[in-house]
Amino acid sequence: MHKLLADSPGKKMLLLGNEAIARGAIEAGVAFATTYPGTPSSEISLNLFRVSHESDLYFEYSTNEKVALEVAAAAANSGLRTFCMMKHVGLNVAADPLMTLAYVGVKGGLVILTADDPSMFSSQNEQDNRYYGKLSGLAILEPSSVEEARQMTAEAFDLSEKLGEPVILRTTTRVNHSSAFVELGKITPRKIKGDFKKDPFNFVTVPAVSRRLHVRLLENWDKAQAMAETSTFNFTDGNGTWGIICNGVSYNYVSDAVKDLGIADKTRILRLGFSHPMPPNLIKAFLNACEKVLVAEEGEPVMEEAVKAFAQEAGLTLPIAGKGERLFSRLYEFDPAMVRRVMAGYFGVPHAPSQPPDLSDVPEIPQRPPNLCAGCSHRATYYAVKKAAEGRETIYPTDIGCYTLGFLPPLAMGDFLICMGSSVSTACGFSKATDKKVIAFIGDSTFFHSGLTGLVNAVYNNHNFTLVILDNGTTAMTGHQPNPGVDMSNLNLSGYGRISIEAVVRAIGVEHVTVIKPYKVNKSIEAVKAALDHKGVSVIISQEMCTLYARSLKKLNVRAFTVTDKCKNHRDCINQIGCPAFFLEGERVQINPNTCVGCAVCAQICPENAITPVKAKKAG
Amino acid sequence: MKTTRLIIVAVGGQGNLLASKVLGQAALLSGVPVRMSEIHGMAQRGGVVESAIVFGDASSTIISDSEADVLVGFEPSETLRAMNKCNAGTTVITNLAPLPPFTVAIGRGTYPDLDQVQDLIKAKTRRLIAFDAVERATAAGNVMSVNIVLLGALIQTGILPIPKENLVEAIRTKTKKAFVDVNLKAFDLGFIAAANA
Ligand code: SF4
Ligand code: SF4
Repeated sequence: MHKLLADSPGKKMLLLGNEAIARGAIEAGVAFATTYPGTPSSEISLNLFRVSHESDLYFEYSTNEKVALEVAAAAANSGLRTFCMMKHVGLNVAADPLMTLAYVGVKGGLVILTADDPSMFSSQNEQDNRYYGKLSGLAILEPSSVEEARQMTAEAFDLSEKLGEPVILRTTTRVNHSSAFVELGKITPRKIKGDFKKDPFNFVTVPAVSRRLHVRLLENWDKAQAMAETSTFNFTDGNGTWGIICNGVSYNYVSDAVKDLGIADKTRILRLGFSHPMPPNLIKAFLNACEKVLVAEEGEPVMEEAVKAFAQEAGLTLPIAGKGERLFSRLYEFDPAMVRRVMAGYFGVPHAPSQPPDLSDVPEIPQRPPNLCAGCSHRATYYAVKKAAEGRETIYPTDIGCYTLGFLPPLAMGDFLICMGSSVSTACGFSKATDKKVIAFIGDSTFFHSGLTGLVNAVYNNHNFTLVILDNGTTAMTGHQPNPGVDMSNLNLSGYGRISIEAVVRAIGVEHVTVIKPYKVNKSIEAVKAALDHKGVSVIISQEMCTLYARSLKKLNVRAFTVTDKCKNHRDCINQIGCPAFFLEGERVQINPNTCVGCAVCAQICPENAITPVKAKKAG
Repeated sequence: MKTTRLIIVAVGGQGNLLASKVLGQAALLSGVPVRMSEIHGMAQRGGVVESAIVFGDASSTIISDSEADVLVGFEPSETLRAMNKCNAGTTVITNLAPLPPFTVAIGRGTYPDLDQVQDLIKAKTRRLIAFDAVERATAAGNVMSVNIVLLGALIQTGILPIPKENLVEAIRTKTKKAFVDVNLKAFDLGFIAAANA
């Protein structure tokens, strides 16, 4: 049985924040779950995906976040408890349904999880999604710890049903990816069959309906604000006059700093876990008891601005600070020492921070950047495209996935990236705006996520570029989740459809479509050359399973390669493809037989034919 | 309860996730509060994995620069790279068997000299325990148990509020059955290595 299904209330389990969130949803009796995977949220859905195989929970990997939220909206309006998970930028994709679903509301509890990523450990930006609460008028809950993540997720479903509206559960990487012992709660039995009652004058958002619904949304907003006033997620610690208002993980750093600085008798902390709408009375009463206040929040000054506005309403003139020089930054995540230093400075407390060692005499340590795996098919595709495009001036729009790493040398294939799917649509723009040859790269999962519409645009508007679809049969970067093009029988799952990328591309009307096997180097180069010569939109579909995934499916038959004496040591292999299985031993190129997966790409590019398979076969 | 802050740095695939899990279980058995965090973005693609484990009464799950009480490095150049987490009172434990990054393997960048690595760490911290953990793991019967060897050394220092028998118990319950005996041996060899260091 999946560990998160354990029906043992009171038991303590070491859980990752994301597991605790999944557990919270299970305890709330979640019946329906949708997602598009994205770090740092991915383990929540991965666990629910597995749980769905052992229970009557309905789970789906949707094609993108907008689809996920719309599927969820219908389930919730059929009365089912529904959970929709995504990373912060995913909510941009889902923003369209979000804004009007807020008008329409829900019948069964709908919790929308957004996992923000301050410091951008694995994201293209660090936007602060608390603004989506303001923008949509929906309530936001923000846990500070792994334990609280479980409890808050469970209670978020109740809150959503009380308000008749979706609730946004906002986490940050340090909640998602921290672990702690969590005491399990009771599992509420799930109700899996819903019903939809027709009510078009509340569900069909034509202007006349929406005008009324907006009134209701604002009434709900007042209701939510009243609930935030008394929510147990909003509480104070301490009776001092130095006020600190905080949310999420910053509460942990503030609590630790108060202890470390020995100022517990002087401070008063207001922790806002039900953080939107902000509770005005609670905050005004708090301000009244303080002589000065510091707002500790990662990201944007969302609370700070609201608190200052409340102070103005209440005619209070005490100093209130948050972001600013020698205070908190709007950049990057917080850490305990930084919060302690800012607090000590703001309240004028003596403070002797630990001294970092003097590292000026430490020699430069070679970097260890992430790299495409040994034998990764993307490396082979990039090599083929690079060779085929030799002599042309090129622009390479790229997209989001493992293959983004191809922008690093020696491949250096990747010139422009803003968001999921942008490779295709920016290729449209670059090819019209410049005279250069535009070659865009997109992965299979990203193509389904948001590449399709761009390709339709390209054919319709008669653009001129080559799109290379890197189809490795999985969503590799986020942990090998399936996507609509994946053969689900590989996962021993049945009852799924499978969409052929080639058929879709042809149906869209792309005239020049070629499927290549990137490990066949020369054939691939020729195919790409022909695609580049085509005037108009051409598509190359490069098919080869992700080696890491193939290994996990036990589908990898490794036959490692080795460098023979024929090697003239000019190192074309290292300089052109840089497979991490290569290493130098006494200035000679060698291949590590334990990491080489035998893709044979290096053997084909070696002009001396010096790279050959090792004799004995070994198991994968 | 006093707070003890531990940083573990490793290269993807060296098993620091399991090490954290075992430590977590041992803390539970010892009645010590524990919280940890990990940045494991692209570990599978050969990057560095850093885990922070905070024992005792603290709410934070991360450890700021210069605030680690103990640093355990599974790879010597990564141990040196993580020196910003240390202060003059930090105890450092490192494996001495290098796993050169790809940049070095292909001749772009120089791997630091191991004696120099040790001298630098010694000069800047309270104590350095350095030995070849791969050799000990191999002697125990599995080269993959480098993580458990280093846990043995860590427990020997007595810095963590965790008695040896609880860690041994955690190895029994949290590592794969087939490897328990090898892991217990690996733990002992690491423990002895630190005692003799
Ligand atoms: S996980 Fe797969 S797609 Fe990603 S780098 Fe490795 S082989 Fe390539
Ligand atoms: S065959 Fe060559 S390119 Fe392929 S994995 Fe082995 S060393 Fe790397």
